[in-house]
Amino acid sequence: MYTKEKMTQLEEKVNEFETKTKATLSKHPERHETFFTGSGDEINRLYSPVDIQDVDYMNDIGLPGQFPYTRGVQPTMYRGRLWTMRMYAGFATAEESNQRYKFLVEQGSSGLSVAFDLPTQIGYDSDHPLSEGEVGKVGVAIDSLADMEVLFDGIPLDKVSTSMTINAPASVLLAMYIAVAEKQGVSSDKLRGTIQNDILKEYIARGTYIFPTEPSMRLITNIFEYCSKDVPLWNTISISGYHIREAGSTAAQEVGFTLADGIAYVDAAIAAGLDVDTFAPRLSFFFNAHNDLLEEVAKYRAARRLWAKIMKERFGAKSSKSMALKFHTQTGGSTLTAQQPENNIVRVAIQTLAAVLGGTQSLHTNSKDEALALPTEDSVRVALRTQQIVGYESGVTNTIDPLAGSYYIEAKTNQIEEDAMAYIKKIDDLGGAPKAIDKGYIQQEIMDAAYNYQKEVETGERIVVGMNKFQIEEEAPKGLLRVDPAVGERQKQKIVDLKAKREQAKVDETLVALKAACEGTENVMPFILDAVRAYATLGEICGVMREVFGEYQQSVIL
Amino acid sequence: MTLEERLINGDRRAVARMITLVENNDHDAFEILKKLYHRSGNAYVIGITGPPGAGKSTLTDKLVKHIRTLGKTVGVIAVDPTSPFTGGAILGDRVRMSDISMDPGVFIRSMGARGHLGGISQGTSAAIKVLDIYGCDYIFVETVGVGQSEIDIVKNCDTTLMVMVPGLGDDIQAIKAGVMEIGDVFAINKSDRDGAKRTAREINAMLDFSSKDWRPPVEMVIATENQGVDKLFEQVEVHRQYLEETGNFQQRRFDNTKNELIEMVKHKIVGQLMDESYKQEIVNELSDRVAKRMLDPYTAIDTLYDKVIKQES
Amino acid sequence: MDRPIRVLVAKPGLDGHDRGAKVIARALRDAGMEVIYTGLRQTPEQIVNAAIQEDVDCVAISILSGAHNTLLPKVVALLKQENAEDILVVGGGVIPDEDIPFLKESGISEVFTPGTPTEVTINYIREHVK
Repeated sequence: MYTKEKMTQLEEKVNEFETKTKATLSKHPERHETFFTGSGDEINRLYSPVDIQDVDYMNDIGLPGQFPYTRGVQPTMYRGRLWTMRMYAGFATAEESNQRYKFLVEQGSSGLSVAFDLPTQIGYDSDHPLSEGEVGKVGVAIDSLADMEVLFDGIPLDKVSTSMTINAPASVLLAMYIAVAEKQGVSSDKLRGTIQNDILKEYIARGTYIFPTEPSMRLITNIFEYCSKDVPLWNTISISGYHIREAGSTAAQEVGFTLADGIAYVDAAIAAGLDVDTFAPRLSFFFNAHNDLLEEVAKYRAARRLWAKIMKERFGAKSSKSMALKFHTQTGGSTLTAQQPENNIVRVAIQTLAAVLGGTQSLHTNSKDEALALPTEDSVRVALRTQQIVGYESGVTNTIDPLAGSYYIEAKTNQIEEDAMAYIKKIDDLGGAPKAIDKGYIQQEIMDAAYNYQKEVETGERIVVGMNKFQIEEEAPKGLLRVDPAVGERQKQKIVDLKAKREQAKVDETLVALKAACEGTENVMPFILDAVRAYATLGEICGVMREVFGEYQQSVIL
Repeated sequence: MTLEERLINGDRRAVARMITLVENNDHDAFEILKKLYHRSGNAYVIGITGPPGAGKSTLTDKLVKHIRTLGKTVGVIAVDPTSPFTGGAILGDRVRMSDISMDPGVFIRSMGARGHLGGISQGTSAAIKVLDIYGCDYIFVETVGVGQSEIDIVKNCDTTLMVMVPGLGDDIQAIKAGVMEIGDVFAINKSDRDGAKRTAREINAMLDFSSKDWRPPVEMVIATENQGVDKLFEQVEVHRQYLEETGNFQQRRFDNTKNELIEMVKHKIVGQLMDESYKQEIVNELSDRVAKRMLDPYTAIDTLYDKVIKQES
Repeated sequence: MDRPIRVLVAKPGLDGHDRGAKVIARALRDAGMEVIYTGLRQTPEQIVNAAIQEDVDCVAISILSGAHNTLLPKVVALLKQENAEDILVVGGGVIPDEDIPFLKESGISEVFTPGTPTEVTINYIREHVK
């Protein structure tokens, strides 16, 4: 774009500007001596062509739907169709969650997103001692296929796409979904949706793990293989940076650690004998959206470019679908304040804009009351409306990647890519993500960032409106969603009824077969499916796997 | 009931409180220990040390679990000597002892390395006595083997178990200098990893050079999967038998006690030197004069000894 | 006798969000306290057992799963059963204001909701341990 001579001239002009400006600072000081992004990276007064002079447009930025996908993974992006507005929901029993899903579909939600309660996520039935007080609290309680049938009652599974936030027992919940579809007369090749299925970030940040690394990785590759044949439209994993960011990481760490996890899954699948282009097109990602709008936009663009290069250069992928990083976004839960919760609506709007300007494929927007409790229907509606306003009124959807070419955005995209690559390199040196987690490297980096953030908030260096500045006297918020404490008892009774009704011999037979499969090297998916169809409970199935595989031991990094 | 009575009765809170008190050099606690010392000496004390990340806590967890199947009670003292200057510490070893943490026959205590007057080794040594009096059959003292203070800790033990992991590379060279020789039994943990056999070979080669009577055995274990743990404990028992049969057991306890007494005297004297401001002034003044070459250190020591220590005896 | 305050930082329940627990653990450490950290998924029985053996002055419980009304009072009750009601119990996490009176009645001395500066928690513990 610029000749060498012109660039030199420009550089001089910019330097001149900086010198002049600095000279006036004693009279007109800036608000801070140094400015930082939300992640704490230093940020310049001004960006100009000088900062991106090494950028080669076609190689580094390119065109939408083309390598390296910096500008987006589809050629028409939101001109073709808006992102999927997918609201994460679920609480109490299958009956109540089913009502909420129907409400969301009526309100214009275009995909379902199932939140499971913690016992379900950790593979315990509602009657397990550790489930005490947890049943139905942060999501819906699913103990068996019977609950799953109720959950999707009246929702045609060939018409909706369903995302399930489930990791350690993902194979079991996917099997239940397939079995419900069978009963609806929908064959598995028509099913669309996603399972999170990302165990590494559970070890790093989210904590709902069950099995040790090796068998967990086997379950994941078993799912890849099974779905590539039987559930071809299903996204088999959602490699998640969301929780890494929530745990306190920076934007560059979010990208670096998430893609390092992605590399580990691809490695594992290739080691299991799968061809990269059979499973890689079904990999998807999941990122956070924080408040620093421009840094976040750059983050998504950097992640896309870096993943495309990794797939092409490191893994020799041939299919363009293997190189295109598709991602879901959720606005940042940890950015919400319990103080003046209405302010959260504004935060969520900014974060929505970041995700959309960053080219997300689907989005969940948090509700204003989520720093306090699960959201009410009213606040969920506002959160969904926020997406709709950005989608239909803001105009940012009418042209593709509108911030591209901004000197700052491109410079920031480069920088995040570089920083993320450095983290990946470090993790490679440690022997890959599982080993780096085992050694506590990733957790330590995140914890250090989180502690720094906390200190900045407490010293007032970092302002959180309504929390450490512009506070008011507030009354306790009313009308929060409360989960009926009797849910646990109801769910326990359901298990008793189920066990009395089902054909026990069939359950025993399928569980014995599953155990043998776990001990061997076969793909366990068909065996799990058989057990699910026989109405074996989640706890029984995971119990068999716990017996064979053992349990993960957390390495605590403080 | 007094703390002393509660301790004898096996009240867990009393045990816990006693450890807190001795850790803080509480005078009354030492009075109780004086009275009850004759009840101690029955516990067999096992030190566990090794580099950071070797899996010591997990191995302790599994060893204790194994010993419990033999019907014996166990105390565990998990020492974390690394903490910043604030005096605070985060002690996280319990996390890896989930198998035994709820067993009423096991008592686990975490200790940091705050400013113990007598150094941390005396804190642990007093805690060992408390658990001994409480009636533990075995007491484990677990600590990272990186410095002199940790070596001092495990020196108080009857058998010291050295935990290594494959892939330490040059670290082994660094460790062998001071720490290797205190190991009575070696465990190569995470032995399913690459390089485990090589690590075992290297350690064996080093041990072959030693001229001691006892040739430490080297065992391969995978603590997380409970593999090789019972065999490892057998080796500890073999070492114990060796000590007892050769008379080395009494010798070792004599050596350890003598060491400990000398250390305690040293610290008592140092304490006396600093416990009142006028004495500190004398120390400062003498130091100043020695530093400025107005006085030689040998005369200074004589003065100090006469003016401060002798006065009190 | 000047000895450091010992605090057990505990995470009961099944949720794995330990950012808050770890941040508070570090802050207490930097304030000169000795912190014993228990890791995830601790039952009230495990928490109380650790509190007794470690002779802590305070149990600080972090919980985000929504099971606070079940689990926190249970910790207090078990401490009482062990004659250890002198140990200060505080809680923190996503806990709605309307649950706080019940928790306090159950013997939780103070509840710190999201956004509370660590300094506030530190000072509270300093002033209230026995």
